[in-house]
This record gives sequence, structure tokens and C-alpha cells, in this order.
Amino acid sequence: MYPDPVADVQREMIMMQRRHALLIAVMVLALVGGCAKKKPPVARPTAPPSTSDAAGTSSRPPSPPQPVQEPQPVPAEPNAADTLSGTDIDTLNRNSPFQPVFFGYDQDAIETAAQQTLNGNAELMKKYPAWVITIEGHSDERGTAEYNLALGERRAMAARNYLVSLGIPADRLRTVSYGKEFPFEPGHDEGSWSKNRRAHFVVTSK
Amino acid sequence: MISMRALSFRPSFRLRMSAALVAACATLALSAQTPPQQPPPPKQPQEVVLTISSGSPGLPPKVAVPDFVALSSDAETVAAARTIGQVLWDDLNFEREFYLISRDTYRTIPAATSIDQVPLDQWKQLGADALVVGTVRRVVGGGVAVQMRLVEVGTGASAMAKEYTGSIANPRLYAHTMSDEIHLQQRRLRGVARTKLAFTSDRDGERMNGPVKTRGISNIYMSDYDGANQKRVSVTRATDIAPAWSPDGKTIAYTSYRSNYPDIIVQSVYELREYLKPARGSPEKSNFLPAWSPDGEKLAFMSNRDGGNLEIYLVNRDGSGLRRLTNHPENDASPTWSPTGSQIAFTSNRSGNPQIYIMNADGTGPAEQITRESWCDRPTWSPAPFNEIAYASRTGAGYDIRIFDFATRSFKTITDGIGSNESPTFSPNGRHIAFTSTRAGKEQIFVIDRDGKNLRQITRGGMNRYPNWSQ
Repeated sequence: MYPDPVADVQREMIMMQRRHALLIAVMVLALVGGCAKKKPPVARPTAPPSTSDAAGTSSRPPSPPQPVQEPQPVPAEPNAADTLSGTDIDTLNRNSPFQPVFFGYDQDAIETAAQQTLNGNAELMKKYPAWVITIEGHSDERGTAEYNLALGERRAMAARNYLVSLGIPADRLRTVSYGKEFPFEPGHDEGSWSKNRRAHFVVTSK
Repeated sequence: MISMRALSFRPSFRLRMSAALVAACATLALSAQTPPQQPPPPKQPQEVVLTISSGSPGLPPKVAVPDFVALSSDAETVAAARTIGQVLWDDLNFEREFYLISRDTYRTIPAATSIDQVPLDQWKQLGADALVVGTVRRVVGGGVAVQMRLVEVGTGASAMAKEYTGSIANPRLYAHTMSDEIHLQQRRLRGVARTKLAFTSDRDGERMNGPVKTRGISNIYMSDYDGANQKRVSVTRATDIAPAWSPDGKTIAYTSYRSNYPDIIVQSVYELREYLKPARGSPEKSNFLPAWSPDGEKLAFMSNRDGGNLEIYLVNRDGSGLRRLTNHPENDASPTWSPTGSQIAFTSNRSGNPQIYIMNADGTGPAEQITRESWCDRPTWSPAPFNEIAYASRTGAGYDIRIFDFATRSFKTITDGIGSNESPTFSPNGRHIAFTSTRAGKEQIFVIDRDGKNLRQITRGGMNRYPNWSQ
């Protein structure tokens, strides 16, 4: 018989998935190992002056006896002021404490309103120093798909660079452009377009 | 009715032709599912080609393609015979080298009972200059044998005779192969009937979890050049975009978000042979819009890997030999190769708005600005013999496909301002362009001839973007 391309693709996908599963398993192991080792140095220097932050391990002096233990269980019973540290990432992102930044048509400039939004996002990032954020760059549906990939990239980079200028470490900020692939609003008018021209903040790890 | 010109006929030629007939029935094993390999044109014993000419000077030859005759009575064979006739008519019509007589006008002409019993008088009355007749019969083992003959109606001489055997699973492929061979023999034209389109589609309505709500994802799909046989090529729960066929038609390169940060992936389409990531995405490195070099060895693509600004890069298909080609504070994007591989055209914002530029493929020398329009994007270089760049140009609320011709340094617009028309890609013979258009609602893939005629819709389900035409 002759090869069936679809079956081939499916076979390939299955193999890839197996390969990926293995890879992911290896990566997860590596990550877990890496995190466990890296956690204390990340947590210590950023212990913020904010008074009642039970967000982390920060208020605790470095305790040598249990360095390998995951320091996370404690914040499970947080103060009323902090409901975020105990929230899982998906829930957190669905009701994101970060505000999106909006742009003009074909613009990547951070205007005054956007600056205020980013100032707020920067405060939040300083409050939760373990959080790593991915800034997604999006565009409205106008303009070519290819150009909008570049435009989304520029918007994400503009937001990132502004946050870096506010003192957020660059290694806590990731960027990715989706161009016009994932509109937030489905309409074909300025009402929707203005919401789709955005840099959107996603908590990637915490 | 157009008067028939008596076509000169040389008896000696006829003798040679009929002898050649037997010999020329070289069996060409055809599989219905194998890649669009370009089988070497079968060796034809005749060195003199009987070229069908038109009975009406200045007009293309009139050709009729009746249903092929099913010599076996099972339903599959009967259906295959009908399909081959219809698809061959469509394929021949597509290149506009012949005037295809509407099939409705000869439904009443009785089918030939065999390939040698063609009622020439009735075809003469119809005004046909040539006729393609053929038969389909079952052969031992379950496949079919398909015979075709290109008959000059005026003389009854056979200009081409072939027999193909293979699977019955995809009868269209027999028609596509005949069409390509007829175009090559009769018009010295490389037909595109066996080429493929790849594109991005969200038609399966699959979703992934997004940070706000679920997001509809797109994967890579392919179809025959005429939109038939649409199939999914990539299967992932993330978005894949911007496919590009390798020159050998066996592999596609595309951008995938499956690792969260855009990778360039090189993947075999038909066989489990290759799955490479020549440019891997990471938090600091996004990679988009791969374009194959004409030799299939390298990919040009755009990336932000050196500090966030988008530049054009070059990488070998295995990920080695990464090189940066552009270095400009404004974005450089959407690369496409010249047919010889010596130059690359791309989009850049360096004059303020996105315009089309060309540069040497090794990055040396200054880039030359080609367009000075409102907004331009997605250049695509034509294959030889044309030397043109097609691109999307903002012409109002939307875009139209325009073509720049290097020979005359002139521009022309080939779409009509209806909807927005973007992402052009040339057919391998340079005569057609596939592109996206919103003229029918959501973005769909369309095909149009390079003179703006012959618009055809290729996709209908979901939203379809980023067409790319196989070589």
C-alpha cells in the first residue's frame, strides 16, 4: 500500500508526543532540582519592606536546617491583604491583578495612560518578587498577519522595556507576540480593535 | 460555428505515431497518496510532437474532455472515470492555454466505446480542435489502468497516448498528471496540477487554555492546488502558523507556539522522516516566517534574538550556521528568496512605514527600497521566467495584491479592492498567485492569475491564512 499522509502525520505526532513526554519528564526533573536549589537566593534579597506581606519565605530568616524543602506551604493561610500568593496560576491569570496596556493603531508607544498602568503592574511585580511575567503582544485584525507579528513583538518589548526602566529585573520579564492570532474581542469595529491592541500580562511562574 | 481548417497531415508522421503509440504506453505507476513527486517525464519515442493548433487563428485550440469510459462496471470505476474527465477539464482550463469547450454542450455525443472508436464527425461539428478521450478499467490486484489519448479532431491523429496504473483511491491524481503532461508536451509549460497549497486554519475549532479565556488555535493544513483533498498536516494543541514548502515538496517549515515561544519547525509531510527545530524559541528568542532557500538547504526567518529588535536571519535546516543578515534599528521582516538564491526581499519599517526592500542574500551591500507606497508587506519573489515580486499593499481600508516587475520597473494591482487581500504566494510556474482575502467574510484562501483574472476560492471552513504554494 501507499503511505497515507494523515496516518503518517498521526504516527509522527504520537512519536513526537512520546519523545516530548520523555523530554518534559526530564525537564521537569531538572526544573524541580533547579528550583529547589535556587529558591533561597531568589527569595532573600527581595524581602520587601511591605509590612504584612506573608507572600513568601521572605519574612523568615534563612534557616539552614531545611534548605531543600519547598518553602511554599506557609502562605496558604495569608492575611486578608494578600489573596494572591495562594492562588494557583490559572485562576490568577483569569482574574489577573495585572492590567493590560493598550496601544493606538499601528503604535507601540507607551502613552501616559499606559505608563500609569505599567507603574501599577511594576508595583505588583515588586510585591511578588518570585513571579515571572510573560508579556503578550497583540494587535487588532487590521493589517497583514505577518506585519502584526512584528507589531505585537514591538508592543511587548515596549512594555517590557518600560518595566525594566522602573527597576524590574529583565529576567523576570518574557515577551511573545501573537500578532492578530488571539483577539480578545471578536468584533470588527474600533470598540473591539481598541481592546485587541494590547500588551497582556500573564503570570508564567511564581 | 467556426469553420474548420483542414489540418495538414503527413502520412509518414501518422505511421510513426501509431508505432509510437504502443511504445509510448509506458506504464507509469501512480500512487494516489504519495507525495507530489515529479516523476521524470516518460521517455517519448517520438521526437516530433504533434502540436494541436487552433482552427481559429489568434484563439487557443478548442479542446473537449468528455467523461472517461469505464471499462469495468463497478461503482468505484464508474465514479473514477467521471472524476478524471471533470478534473482534467478543470486542470486544462486552469492554465488558459486551451479553450475548454463546456462539458454541457457535448453530453449528447455518445461516449466512445473504446479509445479507438471516437465519433470524430460529431466532435468536428462541435468545433473541437482536439479531444482527450480515455478509459478506466480494473486490473488484477484492485488498482486501475487509465488510458488516455489526445486526439487531433481534424485528422484523428493521436498527439499523445499514455497508460497509467495505480490505486483508485485518488482518481484526481491521474487527471492532474495527464494535465501536466499535456501542458508540457503541447505548450512547453510546467503545469501546476500536481502542486499543493499549505496554509493555516482554525477550522477544527480546537481550543487551548488562555490567560483570560480559551483561545481558538490554528494548525497547518494542505490541499491540492485546486482546493481538493484538504488535510491537516500539523496536530498540536498550540498555534502553528506560516507554513513554507521545501523546494522538494516533502517538508514544510513553519512557526509553532507549542513550546510557548515561537520555534521554527521543519517537518516531513508524508513520511516520518524529519522533525527538526532549526531555530528554537525562548523567552528572549522568537522566530517567525521561515522561507526556504531555492536549494532547500537554508531558511531565512525573522527573529528578535539580538536584543528584541526584529531582524532577518539565516540558518541551515539542521540548525547549524546561524547568521544575522540585517542590522537596522527598525524592524526587518517577512523574508523571501529570489529564484537563484542570490537575493532576499523583505519588509522593513526603515523609511517610516513598512515597505519592500531587497538585499544580497549574504547580507552584504546596501538594501534597495522597491516600494514607496502607503504600507506594504509580505513580499514573495516569482519563479523564473518572470522576475517579479508580489506583495500586499494598503489601498484603502484594506490591502490589495500588487506585483512589481524588475524588467520594466513597473507596478500593477491584480486584486480589485474587494475585501482585504494579503499574503501572496506564487505558483511554481509564476502564472498564479494564492492569497488570503476577506471578500467572502472571514479570511479564506483564494487563487488568481497574475493578470487578475480567474479568481477561485480554495477554502471555506473556518479562517484560513498564510497560504504557501509548493514548488
